[in-house]
Amino acid sequence: MTFYILRRILYAMPIAFGVSVVCFSLVYIAPGDPLQTVMPPDATAETIEIVKHAYGFDKPIPMQFLIWLERVLTGDFGMSISTRRPVFLEVTEALANTSLLALFAVPIAFFTGYVMGVVAGCFPGRWIDRLVTGAAVMGVSLPNYWLGIVLVIFFAVEYMLLPATGMGPNGSTGFHILEWSSARFLVLPVVTLAMIPIGILARTTRAAVAEVRNQDFVQTLRAKGLSEWAVTRHVLKNSLPQVMAVMGLQFGYLLGGSILVETVFTWPGSGFLLSKAIINRDVPVLQGTILTLSLVFVATNLVVDLLQSLIDPRIRRA
Amino acid sequence: MSSMSDIAAPAQPLDTFEEQAAPATRVRGYWQSVFYRLRHDPVTLAFGVIVLLIVLAAICAPLIAPFDPYKESIVGRLKPLGWHDHLLGTDELGRDMLSRLIYGGRVSLLMGVVPVLIASFIGGLLGVLGGFVGGRLNTAIMRTMDVFYAFPSVLLAVAIAGAMGGGIGNGMVALTLVFIPPMCRVAETATTQVRALDFIEAARASGAGTLTIIRYHVLGNVLGPVFIYASSLVSVSILLASGLSFLGLGVRPPMPDWGLMLSTLRQSIYVVPFVCALPGLAIFVTSICCNLVSDGLRAAMDVRM
Repeated sequence: MTFYILRRILYAMPIAFGVSVVCFSLVYIAPGDPLQTVMPPDATAETIEIVKHAYGFDKPIPMQFLIWLERVLTGDFGMSISTRRPVFLEVTEALANTSLLALFAVPIAFFTGYVMGVVAGCFPGRWIDRLVTGAAVMGVSLPNYWLGIVLVIFFAVEYMLLPATGMGPNGSTGFHILEWSSARFLVLPVVTLAMIPIGILARTTRAAVAEVRNQDFVQTLRAKGLSEWAVTRHVLKNSLPQVMAVMGLQFGYLLGGSILVETVFTWPGSGFLLSKAIINRDVPVLQGTILTLSLVFVATNLVVDLLQSLIDPRIRRA
Repeated sequence: MSSMSDIAAPAQPLDTFEEQAAPATRVRGYWQSVFYRLRHDPVTLAFGVIVLLIVLAAICAPLIAPFDPYKESIVGRLKPLGWHDHLLGTDELGRDMLSRLIYGGRVSLLMGVVPVLIASFIGGLLGVLGGFVGGRLNTAIMRTMDVFYAFPSVLLAVAIAGAMGGGIGNGMVALTLVFIPPMCRVAETATTQVRALDFIEAARASGAGTLTIIRYHVLGNVLGPVFIYASSLVSVSILLASGLSFLGLGVRPPMPDWGLMLSTLRQSIYVVPFVCALPGLAIFVTSICCNLVSDGLRAAMDVRM
């Protein structure tokens, strides 16, 4: 087991390295000079040289990458072009707000999707299966930014039950999760964010459960007289690794999907930071946010893989 | 090891078609049986017709759109459904919503299909190459793909399009790059499985060259999963492309596009709420129909992912 964990962590290293290479090169696929946005248009050639030297842009690109990597490893993501604050601060603050959304959206999505999938998978072809499958296809095909807008139209514009945007009443200091006046700002973004993972998870769980139910060992269990309830327990346990893999991926979806949902609800999280960075052409922030989110995703996948191997010893040997 | 992307990743591919129990009497060919199953699947047929209608409407937009989608009107701004001749109301510049929705389908569908086609070609090529040659080349290709798998798909698309500066072309490039890794993985898995089968060995023993084997024996078994996976990506691509436009990274105004319309109309939800929701409804309907058709095709072609 220890060997497997070590091997799996070692395997994640080159991936993380590759991710940082991709994030680093984002600056270079941007059209024009990376300095264009910070330099005044009438800057003399001499000034440009000085600034280039100061930012290290006069060095060869592999050198630049190593310097950049060293800075990133020490938590220095550079300065935001638009706010002049350290990118690291901006990203961590935003990530905390996104985590708040995820903290509620992930359990809701995973629980609902899993239960829907299990119920559908245990009664294949029955009306409840059709209902769940239909709902799941809808969930998968939903543009979540649109769902957000529709929810705002109903709950904020038509019936004025919940706030449309933001993260707390005007002039409030900080976010207090236990007070309804703050917490109500969470409801719509969380529901919107959870919807697509629910659909995908319900679909996968249904397929996994239905598949395991068709395996021979289930027949054996029935033949030796186990109750339907006990059989179902065996089926669920055996379908879990497959479901967990998708859960890990969906966590990544939540991170990525948050960019659209947070933009709709102007929720000051990492996705909103990203869309602001795009509008302001703020490449350091773009780079820092994407690097952080992707590394979180890599780490999540690592954890999911380890959990899977804990449940299913067959994976360890593969 | 589990796949590292949130695009529904194909784990184990195809049951080979040859293994199906042969019927006792009349033997149908593979394609015959596919069409037979499709003909008897009313749901897939119905949604296929809807997809066809949406595509036709987009192609024939100049013929069926009641108004010029660019014609602005200062007095007719943000009017509700059914205002005068404007069946679906007007947008923030007084342009007819129905016409803009019909025209908007052109870009949205284009951005849904083109990246998938290009990615299927490039990804499929890389996958077949890696899977067939195997060894170091395969490891190199697949490990590179793993790096791109490590990004959530929306994030990768936004990152590339954002860095490149938006626009239809850049958006398509971004989406293509997002779809190549999963496509490559589908092709690679299918190829690796086929390569180990006896009939490849038999073909080689009977003197067939590598290219002939790839063309007749490998591609025949790989194109099915690739096609099915590509068809399931169309709806993802439409959603992602509209998402990019929604963030200001895809289509630029004043060109009509569903994602962009949704984004510009968002400011007006307090004035004409239901008009503002229409472009999203168009995205939703198109995407759900594409998904169901893809599901139906998968069942009919009996490809397991």
